[in-house]
Order: sequence, then C-alpha cells, then structure tokens
Amino acid sequence: MRSYSLIISPLAAACLVAPCRAQGVLDPQGPVAAAERLILLNATAIMLVVVLPVIVLTLAFAWWYRASNTRAEYQPDWSYSGHIELVTWSIPAMVVILLAAVGWIGSHQLDPARKLQSNSRPIRIEVVSLDWQWLFIYPDQGVAAVNDLVIPTGIPVEFALTSATVMNSFFVPQLGSQIYTMPGMTTRLNLLAAHPGDYPGLSANFSGDGFSDMRFLVHAVPATEFTNWLARTREAGPTLNADAYSQLARPTGNAQPRTYGSVDPNLFERIVTPTEH
Amino acid sequence: MLGKLSWDAIPFNQPIPMAASLFIVVVVLGISVLIIWKGWWPYLWREWLTSVDHKRIGVMYVLLALVLLLRGFIDAIMMRTQLAIAAGGAQGYLPPEHYDQIFSAHGTIMIFFMAMPFMVGLMNFVVPLQLGVRDVAFPVLNATSFWLTASGALLVNISLVVGEFARTGWLAYPPLSELQFSPGVGLDYYLWALQISGIGTLLAGINMVTTILKLRAPGMTYMRMPVFCWTSLTSSMLIVAAFPILTATFGMLLLDRYVGMHFFTTDGGGNFMMYINLIWAWGHPEVYILVLPAFGIFSEVIATFAGKQLFGYRSMVLATLAICVLSFMVWLHHFFTMGAGADVNAVFGIMSMIIAIPTGVKLFNWLFTIYRGRLRFEVPLLWAIGFMVTFVVGGLTGVLLAVPPADFVLHNSLFLVAHFHNVIIGAVLFGAMAGYNYWFPKAFGFTLDKRLGAVSFWCWLIGFYLAFIPLYVLGLLGMTRRMQHYADVSWQPYLIVAEVGALIILGGIVATIAQLVVSIRTRERRRDLTGDPWHGRTLEWSTTSPPPPYNFAALPEVESLDAFWAMKQRGPAMPPDHYQSIEMPSNSPNGFVTAFFAVVTGFAMIWHIWWMAILGVACALLTLLIFGWKERREVEISGAQLAEAERVRLRPGDAA
Repeated sequence: MRSYSLIISPLAAACLVAPCRAQGVLDPQGPVAAAERLILLNATAIMLVVVLPVIVLTLAFAWWYRASNTRAEYQPDWSYSGHIELVTWSIPAMVVILLAAVGWIGSHQLDPARKLQSNSRPIRIEVVSLDWQWLFIYPDQGVAAVNDLVIPTGIPVEFALTSATVMNSFFVPQLGSQIYTMPGMTTRLNLLAAHPGDYPGLSANFSGDGFSDMRFLVHAVPATEFTNWLARTREAGPTLNADAYSQLARPTGNAQPRTYGSVDPNLFERIVTPTEH
Repeated sequence: MLGKLSWDAIPFNQPIPMAASLFIVVVVLGISVLIIWKGWWPYLWREWLTSVDHKRIGVMYVLLALVLLLRGFIDAIMMRTQLAIAAGGAQGYLPPEHYDQIFSAHGTIMIFFMAMPFMVGLMNFVVPLQLGVRDVAFPVLNATSFWLTASGALLVNISLVVGEFARTGWLAYPPLSELQFSPGVGLDYYLWALQISGIGTLLAGINMVTTILKLRAPGMTYMRMPVFCWTSLTSSMLIVAAFPILTATFGMLLLDRYVGMHFFTTDGGGNFMMYINLIWAWGHPEVYILVLPAFGIFSEVIATFAGKQLFGYRSMVLATLAICVLSFMVWLHHFFTMGAGADVNAVFGIMSMIIAIPTGVKLFNWLFTIYRGRLRFEVPLLWAIGFMVTFVVGGLTGVLLAVPPADFVLHNSLFLVAHFHNVIIGAVLFGAMAGYNYWFPKAFGFTLDKRLGAVSFWCWLIGFYLAFIPLYVLGLLGMTRRMQHYADVSWQPYLIVAEVGALIILGGIVATIAQLVVSIRTRERRRDLTGDPWHGRTLEWSTTSPPPPYNFAALPEVESLDAFWAMKQRGPAMPPDHYQSIEMPSNSPNGFVTAFFAVVTGFAMIWHIWWMAILGVACALLTLLIFGWKERREVEISGAQLAEAERVRLRPGDAA
C-alpha cells in the first residue's frame, strides 16, 4: 500500500498545473476562488517565461563551460558588457511591472471587504472563532450553528468575523480568500458559493493545542433548501443566550456540529467589545 | 527559594522527552568526562574558550551551527514522521502539546542557532582575511558576541530537559503567547534565549560594520572589496538596524508576562497587531541578513571555480544595496490576510515584487560569470549550481505569495512552508555548505574529501525536492501549516514522500559528518601547503593555511579588484627587508564568563528565581568592570619574529 503511494505521489506532483483530481485551491467553487486561481496560474505562467530559460541556461552553461571541454571559449578577464547588463536589469523589471499590474488590480477587485456584485440580496453571517471551534451566527435569521456552515448557493455571503480567544484564520479553500479572526476587532469577508456541495473549511492560523481539529464543513445548498434548513433549525434548536455562550466558549477539542434555534441578537457585538469588570 | 522550579519540571512521565533529555545529558557528560580524562581542558581554555582570534571564533560559530543543525533536523524528522502517520482518525505518536513544542523549536533553532551562527561564523572567519587585516575591530567583543549566541542555544536545549519549550510557533504571536494563553515556562525559555543571543548578534553586527568601514588593507577602496565583504557589510547593517526592534518587541512581551503590562494583550488597551508589525519589521530584514552573505559566498565560489572575474561587479554591489534598503519596506506581506485594505496590500505586494529585480540581476550575473569561464566542479561549485537552479523556483513561489489575491489562498499553507524552505535551504543552507567546503582548507590547512562532499550535496538536493515539492502540492490542496493530524487521507501519500525526502536529507547530513571524520583522518595526504588550493582570487588565499594568528606579516597592498589574482598575474613580489612589530590582542575570558552569567540570569528569570537573577546580572557587570581595569591587553610580536616566520612560510622546505 505504501509503496503504491510512493509511485503515485510524484505523478500527482507533476499534475500541479493541470490537476488530475482537483481539490482545495485548485478546485474553485465560487467567483472569488476562481478569480484567485486564475491569478495564481497567470502569475506562475508569466514568471515561468523567465525562470525556465534561466534553469536551462544555468545547466547548459555549466555543462558547456566545464574545464574538460576544450572547444569552449575561455575569457578569464571578460567581466563587463553594458548591453548584457541592460538586459539583466530589464528582464526582471519588465516581469515585475507586469506582475505589479496583476497585483494592484487583483488586490482591489478581490479585496476581502469588497461586496460582491449580485442581483440577490446578500446574507449576513457573523463568525466567532473559539478554543477550538467555530460559531456561526445568522443575525437576520436569528439562528446559530457550530462547526457547520449552511449557506445558499448563488447568493453573496457577507461575513463579519472576530475571535473570542486568540487569533485564527477563517478559510474555505474552495470558496477563496481567508481572513484573520482577531479578538476585539471585526474583519470582513465576502464570498459566494456558485454550486451546491460540501466544502471543507479550517483555521489557517495556529491557535493552540486543539488547532488541528478546528475544522468545519460548508454546506452550500439551493435557496429553497436553505429556507427549509432555517425552519428546521428554528424549531429544533436550543437558545444561544449568555449562559449557553459561556458554556460554549470553554476550551473544547474536536467539538461536534450543532445548531441553535434562536440567538441573542447582540451576542457578536458583545464578543467583539466585552464589558470589562 | 527556587521560584517555579521543582521536580515536576523534569518530564519523568513522558517517554519521548525523557529519552531525549537522557540522551543529551549522557552526551554532554560523556564529552566533559572525555575532555577531563584526556587532559584537554587547559588547551581548550587557552586556545579556544578564551580566544579572541576572529578565525577561531568563526570556527566555533560554524561548529555551533553544525551541532544545532542536528538538533533542528531531529525536530524536523519527528514532525515528518508524525504527519506521515497521523491521517484520518489517527493521532500519530506525538500529542499536540509535544508536537507544538517541536515545530516551535525547529523554527527557532534553525533560524537563530543554525543559519545565523553559520553565516556570522563564515563572515567572522573570512571578512578580515579578505580585507587584508589582522582581526576585527573589537576582538574581545567578538568573543563575547559568540558566547552570548551560544548561551541562547544552551538555554533552548536546557528546555528539553528542564521544563518545556514554547508551543506558539517560532515567532510567538500574541495573544497566544501572552500569559493568559501560554502560562508555562516554554515561552519564557524562548524569550530569554532569544534576548541573550539577540544581544550577541547585535554586537557581532556592530563589530562587522566597524571592521569593514574602518579596517581595510592599504588600497582596499570600497569598490575593490570582494563581493562577500559587501554582502557581509549590508547584512551586518541590517543586523544593526533590525535586531534592536526584536529586542524591544520581546522586551514588551516580557513586561506583559512578568509585570502584567498591556502592550499586546487583548484587554487593558493592548494591541497584538502591533507585535505582529514589529516582529516582521525585524523578521523580513532577518531573511536578508541570512541570504545576503550566502549570495556573497556564491559570488566568490562561482568566480573562483570559473577561473574568471565576477561578471558585473558594480551591478552586484548595487543589487546588494538595493536589497538591503528594500528589505525594510515589505514586512506587511506577512499578513495580507489581516484585513489591511486593498491599497496597503497592493503597495506592499508590489514592493515585495520589486526585490525580485535586484535578486534576478544577481542570478543573471552569476550566469554570465559561468559564461566563457572554465568550470572546475569542486564541491563548493556543486552547491552553487544546485543553488541557482533551486533558488529560482523559490523566487517564483515567493513572488507568487507577494501577489495579495494569491496570498489570500496560500497564506499559512504548506505552500508557504515549502516556499521558505526552498529559499532557506536552497540559498542559505546551500550557501553555508558551499562556504564551509570552500574555506575549510583555509581554516585547517587540509581539504575536505571531495567524494563524500558530493554525496552530501546530491542527498541534500534530491532530498530537498522530494521533501518539499509534495508540500507545495499539499498547500494548493488546502493543507495548512502546524497541524498535528489531518482528516483528509488523500494527503497522506504526499506526506510519506516528504518523509522519504527528509530521510535522504539525513543521508546528506551523515555524509557531511563522515566527510569531516574521513578528512581529519587522512589530513596528512590532503595538506594544502600553498595556502591557495582553489586558485583563489581574493586576499584570504594569499596567506598560509591555516593563517598565522596575525593573518599577514605585512599588510598587503591592494591595487585592484580580485587583489590576490592580480598579485599572481604580476608574479611573486620580493619579501620586504624588515617587518614592523605588531600588537595582537591577548586572550580574554571576558566573553565566556559574561555569557556564563547570562545563562544563569536567563535561567533564573525563566523560573522566577529572583535572587539568582540579581546575582547573575551583578556578576556579569563585575566581569565587565574587571576587564575594564585590566592594563595589559596586547601581546607584541617583534619584527624579527615575523621575519623568521615569513622565511619559514615562503620556503617550507627549509623548515625542517
């Protein structure tokens, strides 16, 4: 079994540019992730235009100018050529100018705080990272969920994020951009799931012993199904009030997903700015 | 009486840390007993521990780096093994509280106690020789710098036996590193070890800048300095500018932890984002502190083994200075995902990309140095060619990470881990190994075994690609760093390949050790009597191997770039009729004793043993005072002695 894996992996590595079995960042399921993958591939292609010749030339020159090759020219005192120097400064400069344009435009178009263009009204979700689980509050719908994030497809999601403990990073590779969750502060992120499916999410910033289990699953479902889910959750779940929250905020590893049918509307604000005693 | 220290600090109930502790204790005791039994102690004390000779200090720095490379690598292979098995529901063999210490220790050790001492050591050994002078500007301070670095390394390793190490990652971001979330002594070990060694590094930087600016052989103008001296100068200037930031930042975190202040806490008006900005205002220049000397080494090695002047010397110097300045303007690219806003992210992204221009120029210049050269494939050149091919890949992925929208999906992923290992191994470690093989004969008077050197190189090169290409892929698949186990079993094959890669790198490390042992045993037939085994171009090759304590009996006159090459072209010069007497600094235990008390103070602070901390600081100050009152600090070597030594050197046949 293991030796089999050993053969497969380098092959998989070779499929870096054209993934055989796309996953993660290479398998975008929304416009943000798709745009970011495109930038990733474009920037790589732009640089390979220079990098590949440099690698080939290095090996070719090293081979041809080996001491034992009597046919190779040898000019021990040749150390300056204005023309070559012009080229050696220009080539990286031109590549960087091109990439800078990509970076500038991309930074603005894909700024995590920038709202996505859409005909549908966006849905707001508040995210709180805890030790070591994720709390998702739907302020307009009055429900909340832990470690399971249900979102409707085709509708922009506006995330407001904070942390109740240390810093984490909210990241769903197939939906695109990550953003840090920070105690006492609110960060913003806008994503959209184009297709229904289950997409793994994780914390991308180390937050202590339970960090590896700080995973969640994003269920992107059609709008009608999302409405059904809301109704079910409202009926079934308990209330997330101050008591339930302080219970939840205790450090826990490997927490099971669960939902709350109603939630204190000011909970997120109170987590961002706790009243000090 | 003993603060927080008690028998609980020894990990009796944890088999892996206990075994590691026992192993370390046994090795240290074994070496000490051997030294005492063989009667080597007086020699060690006289010739090494109290030495203020820049060459000896350089050798000790490199030795420290090689030992800590082993320690850091053991951490690495433990992590790779854990991740090769901890897939799906499996938890592997390392629980999180242990695994977290290992990755924190790996990063801390490899950067601060492997890469830094290796580079500072090579600079220490080579720069005064290349400048054609007799020592650095402040020899006793130089010894103190080294011993303070060694003190930090010692404290980190004591944490393995007594207590624990940090579990926060190698940069200890608050709020995780604040007392509320990291109450243990692990983080205090981290902070005090790095405070002590950081002061050592700062002093070493000041010493090196002063040496290069103020002490050069007659005629050695700035534009006649070897490129390695230029990169050492810029690297040291970065040390002088950046390390105070690190000391201040850690100082504030210590105040938070020890006296309840609120610089970086989540309450009381603290702001941990400030720490993250400050630590990277040091941390990004730190990358260039490490890599610039490596660039210098490659410049020397490629020019020497191509038998050709370095192409585009002026461009090279300009590119080095450009990197030096730009390195302070890019720190924010380490946290594009903190929500800074589009304009800020874009500006810092573009600044980071701009560094690729001078770096690219350097690569092209090395390429055109090879062009129309005559390459001798000695071991240092292998490392240099391996570097050129590997480094462009690391450069590519680095520029990719500098594009903010790409970083939004790659930040903190294994792609990032693969990237910085690609540049730290591919440039810094390859550079250190090239320098080690290149200057070893100068330091010891015999060459290193070529075949084992080549084995080491190929193991490192192949092992590197096997270990890190899978991590690039895993990063794209969505695996983040610092995970102790993972749910997705489809990641496991990549991690098994990475483990195989790490084992091949282990082969490279073993080959390096074997190379050293074999070379020492066969040293008589690999003696270098010429002082110039590689047909070198710069002044260090103009003196004997190993050089006399004073390096040069008469300071060389420099008339051009590649001064020694030019001397050889002109033919042998007549030795002068008489030599002027010189004064060399006499040995001093100041550095060793100060560092000893620094360890005592650090240990006491970590365990809250206040009386011991006060005693440690008082004794360190007293040492300084005693040194200050000492009257005789130099030994004189007369002109006649120098003339005799030179007569022997120039006609080695007559010596017997």
